[in-house]
Amino acid sequence: MEERPFSDISYEKFLNEEKLMGTRCKGCGTQYVPPRSICVDCYGSDMEWIEMNGRGRLAAFTCINIPPPFMIAQGYNRKNPYCTGVVELEEGARVDARIEGVDCGKPEDINVGMPLKVKYLHRDEGEKRETYLAFEP
Amino acid sequence: MKKRRQLSRGVAIVGAGMSKFGMFKDKDSKDLFAEAFNGMMASVDKGMDPNEIEALYLGNFSSDFFMHQSHWGPIISDLIGLTPKPATRTEGACASSALAFREGVFAIASGFYDMVLVGGVEEMSKRTTEEVAEGLALATVPYEGRVGFTFPGVFGAVATAYFAKYGANREHLMNVTIKSHNNAPLNPKAQFPLTIRDMMDAKMASAQKRGLPVPEWSDEKDFLKDPKANPAVAWPMHLFDCCPISDGASCMLLVGEEIAKNFTDDPIYVAGIGQGSGRGFHASPDLTYFEATRYAADEAYGMSGLTPDDVQFSEVHDCFSIAELLHIEDLGFFKQGEGYKAVADGATRLDGPKPINTSGGLKCKGHPVGATGISQLYEVWTQLKGKAGQRQVPIKDLRIGGAHNLGGTGGTCTFTILERR
Repeated sequence: MEERPFSDISYEKFLNEEKLMGTRCKGCGTQYVPPRSICVDCYGSDMEWIEMNGRGRLAAFTCINIPPPFMIAQGYNRKNPYCTGVVELEEGARVDARIEGVDCGKPEDINVGMPLKVKYLHRDEGEKRETYLAFEP
Repeated sequence: MKKRRQLSRGVAIVGAGMSKFGMFKDKDSKDLFAEAFNGMMASVDKGMDPNEIEALYLGNFSSDFFMHQSHWGPIISDLIGLTPKPATRTEGACASSALAFREGVFAIASGFYDMVLVGGVEEMSKRTTEEVAEGLALATVPYEGRVGFTFPGVFGAVATAYFAKYGANREHLMNVTIKSHNNAPLNPKAQFPLTIRDMMDAKMASAQKRGLPVPEWSDEKDFLKDPKANPAVAWPMHLFDCCPISDGASCMLLVGEEIAKNFTDDPIYVAGIGQGSGRGFHASPDLTYFEATRYAADEAYGMSGLTPDDVQFSEVHDCFSIAELLHIEDLGFFKQGEGYKAVADGATRLDGPKPINTSGGLKCKGHPVGATGISQLYEVWTQLKGKAGQRQVPIKDLRIGGAHNLGGTGGTCTFTILERR
């Protein structure tokens, strides 16, 4: 499909275009999300891009009250925590992603195993536009 | 068949020292290392000549970031008068000095050197909490930082996965915290030598003195459940689930086995040594164990011919309370998914069948990251020498102890087994 290098930079560019992409080894069929350019199963390097369907389940999460500087800049703090976690995709791979649409005031009610669908969080526009992978119920 | 790795020459520890751990306005990395070095020299039973040290291996994670000063090998070598002999810095995040120890062991085992100094140092408290958090986050994997994970955040996520799989809850984490705080007052080097009860009493006394409403807590867990006393950092990690920001240094003197008795009648020997590397948390085969710890443990057990049951006590890398539960399972001390029950039953207490973190652990002893690995080995050495004072493990014929060190979010893990013969 796409002639892009199998790299983290390409992964980010795809997210920017609202596509969650991984790579598949043409030799042995193993899938990787985020992408790998070397198949660490068979050591083949003939890869192809595959698009994920964007559905998965929450595998682990946290609600962060003490954010790093770049998240503070986005308005998060002790009084306004955010949820981030690990999502297991229907296709099997797990990805790190922000978790939206859950109540960080009641983390006890956020359940590992809950079904989620992909959402793309964009910041800034034009050249500076950045995209964060997120999921929501 | 799995390869059983061996050292080609035995290695003994004949001296060890560590600075007091804490937050020190008036001490820098050199002062702290000097304190550890003087302690090490005084600990060698029959004395030693520092001129015989042939090389230095020094663990340091990120003084580049914390102190805007890199290249600490020669700085410390000069401090203790070793120049122009070689000094090598090792970096493995929070496991940096366990790697220095390992390199020192290999250097002696190869026969190239007969005596080396291994150590670690980190100075963190002169930065703000946010800066320290940013510095530590340099050791996450890129995908984690991108979506806002912090270190407590990754371990918080580990806890939710563990809770969901095995039915544990926050109270089980509190058992770890309370146990570590019970050991800490018995360790004169600890940053927080206070029990949870001590801290509750101090807070009540302070409120009374200032004429404020005196908080009432029925017990330690009631205190730890109070969000004012124990606020969330990265749910379910709360303040008392997290190790502190610390300054400190540690070092050990390693020699070839056949000359060890020139320095002490009671050398402590390296029985097993293992190291593993791990992927990002999201890509781990399972979110409730650390693959790199299991690999390191296999290597150390394989080399020593010992089993988890033979290891009578151990220091493990409790950067966060949940981490201690995973490690005691990964090291084989308890079955997977049952570590939290063993802790609840008191198995890991100082007077239990498998004492864990007799030093107070990273939580209470402190965690100056580059110094931690060798400070854990220092605790094991001290216990095996029978010199742990009030916190001496009350097991008859104490012979074998372990030290587990973890760097990053499980990216670098080591397990070392020490033995008194």
